[in-house]
Amino acid sequence: MSDSYRSNLYLPDMATIQEVIEETQNIKTFRVTLNNPDAMRSFRFEPGQVGQLSVFGVGESTFVINSPPSRMDYLQFSVMRVGELTERLHKLRPGDQIGVRAPLGNCFPYKAMKGKDIVFVGGGIGMAPLRTLLLYMLDNREDYGKITLLYGARSPSDMAFSYELPDWLGRPDMTTELTVDNGAPGWERHIGLIPNVLKEMAPSSKDAFAVTCGPPIMIRFTIEALHSLGFEDDRIITTLEKRMKCGVGICGRCNIGTKYVCKDGPVFTNAQLRRQPNEM
Amino acid sequence: MVMPTARYIAHDKLMPWLLGLAEGRRVLAPVREGGKTLFLPLREDSRLDLRGLADDSAKAALLPRCEPLLEFHYAKTAGVPSRTTLEVREILPGQETFLFGVRPCDARGFTVFDRVYDAGTRRDIYYCSRRDKTLVAAIACADPAETCFCNRVGGDPGGSDGADLLFTPVEGGFTVEAVTERGGAFLREQALEEADGKAEEAREVREAVRRAMPEGPSLDGAPDEVLRLFDDGAFWESVAAKCLSCGVCSYLCPTCYCFNMTDESNGNDGVRVRTWDNCMSFQFTLEGSGHNPRNGKAQRMRNRIGHKFSYYPKLHDGNLACVGCGRCIANCPASMDVRAIVIQARSRVLDKEEYANE
Repeated sequence: MSDSYRSNLYLPDMATIQEVIEETQNIKTFRVTLNNPDAMRSFRFEPGQVGQLSVFGVGESTFVINSPPSRMDYLQFSVMRVGELTERLHKLRPGDQIGVRAPLGNCFPYKAMKGKDIVFVGGGIGMAPLRTLLLYMLDNREDYGKITLLYGARSPSDMAFSYELPDWLGRPDMTTELTVDNGAPGWERHIGLIPNVLKEMAPSSKDAFAVTCGPPIMIRFTIEALHSLGFEDDRIITTLEKRMKCGVGICGRCNIGTKYVCKDGPVFTNAQLRRQPNEM
Repeated sequence: MVMPTARYIAHDKLMPWLLGLAEGRRVLAPVREGGKTLFLPLREDSRLDLRGLADDSAKAALLPRCEPLLEFHYAKTAGVPSRTTLEVREILPGQETFLFGVRPCDARGFTVFDRVYDAGTRRDIYYCSRRDKTLVAAIACADPAETCFCNRVGGDPGGSDGADLLFTPVEGGFTVEAVTERGGAFLREQALEEADGKAEEAREVREAVRRAMPEGPSLDGAPDEVLRLFDDGAFWESVAAKCLSCGVCSYLCPTCYCFNMTDESNGNDGVRVRTWDNCMSFQFTLEGSGHNPRNGKAQRMRNRIGHKFSYYPKLHDGNLACVGCGRCIANCPASMDVRAIVIQARSRVLDKEEYANE
């Protein structure tokens, strides 16, 4: 994993917001570039790694880089408005300055997943980290087997990346299913909870990895559903969130037992998580 | 490098010598002030207090209670007033320091920090530059308190881990021995008399204090017990019941290294500051969504004990994140005793095993 720590662990790179996309009523996507062109050109990361975004005067928070490393015109972060920092981020406009400390953390085991079928199960803002890996795999399509995506949200208007969904639904080289908890007029796709829809879809677990992210309760029941479909714990991959400050395993708050989510995660297999104490 | 021979300094020469050192650098020493003995910059009118363990640990010398990491400044852009520019600069510490009079437990506490803050490619430059610029002079203990238990967590009341120099109380003054190369280079430059026969006396003093330590079972080797009790909610509820979550244990602990980072603004200017944090606080792990993985104080206590006696030792070759200074015991308003919690955890596991075997 990335061990390319900066000389001052806490000094962000200055960055400019290039574009703001209003995804849903409480999610915005920010496309940013580092101000130093050399830093932007030499920036390397792997799918699943995260960054700390700074709004100076408010603070910092951790978000996954949800653009893939195969598309480096900008770094993309999708932010749900839940607290003080995200409230302030949502007020920013193109041209505004923020700080970026990235990449931090580990990545999806995308090399070990080569040649395998992949089942993505995303809920709500949990689709963001999956998007990175999904686009990376679509950009390297011949390296992977069958790709299946199940993406769910509370209602049709809560679906982020709605402008990309027609492409994903229409592509012949992947299977996409969408579900919402509550339907709305004109909604013709699934209505139902993600784990239930997943069991109906029943993707094969043979030579397959499942990658899931979403609210903790959804992850829990999705993992149960994956077990019932025959997925082993070391083939179920998830990516976690915790309150973080330093992002480099020092400040001491994001641990689950001996593992620091910021440094040893955020990506874990369910087998790894089962070896840690149950403190989600 | 060959270490210089042991030196000796008489009691009446100590203060003048320290004040002499203070001319070129900051000297921090245990000083009596406001009814407490605290590590403070030494001045001519300071009342040096070397009677025992200071009330606070000396960790603030390397990780200040509150330190600015970065400063930032917003300004209007000339010509485009709707746009602001932003400048961010790091604020790096740089003061040479002689830290005098820590006890062996506190000096060893720095080694707990070192493993986290100076971990190969991941170096916290704020901590590391303070560490590099600070010479640590420890004093071997002579009169352990009832709450002292360094001997039960792998420490030594006459030990020098984490220190550069070791002072040992002998008749009429202290012997001074170099522990690190840095300490040796420093000592060679000091006009202190040779210790001669006093070095032997110092060895005896250190042996005597080892024998004088309160006895009790070792608290090493509890990593698995703590983990096996992880889901035993009743146990953690019972040990955490009287805790007030006040944090005095964290703030006085020479090994508690967790911190918070917050921004403080004043108009267009501001600083990002790092402050000591307290894992017994509800806010420590409270997430933006309202979810809190350590919602109750039993869960927070479980992590506190787990971190010190299980997780940290598992990550760092069996070294505990506790050096047995006993400040958390002596100062807890609810009379919690970390030694008792570890012992209780152990016997709880033994009881369960016996029950299972019956």
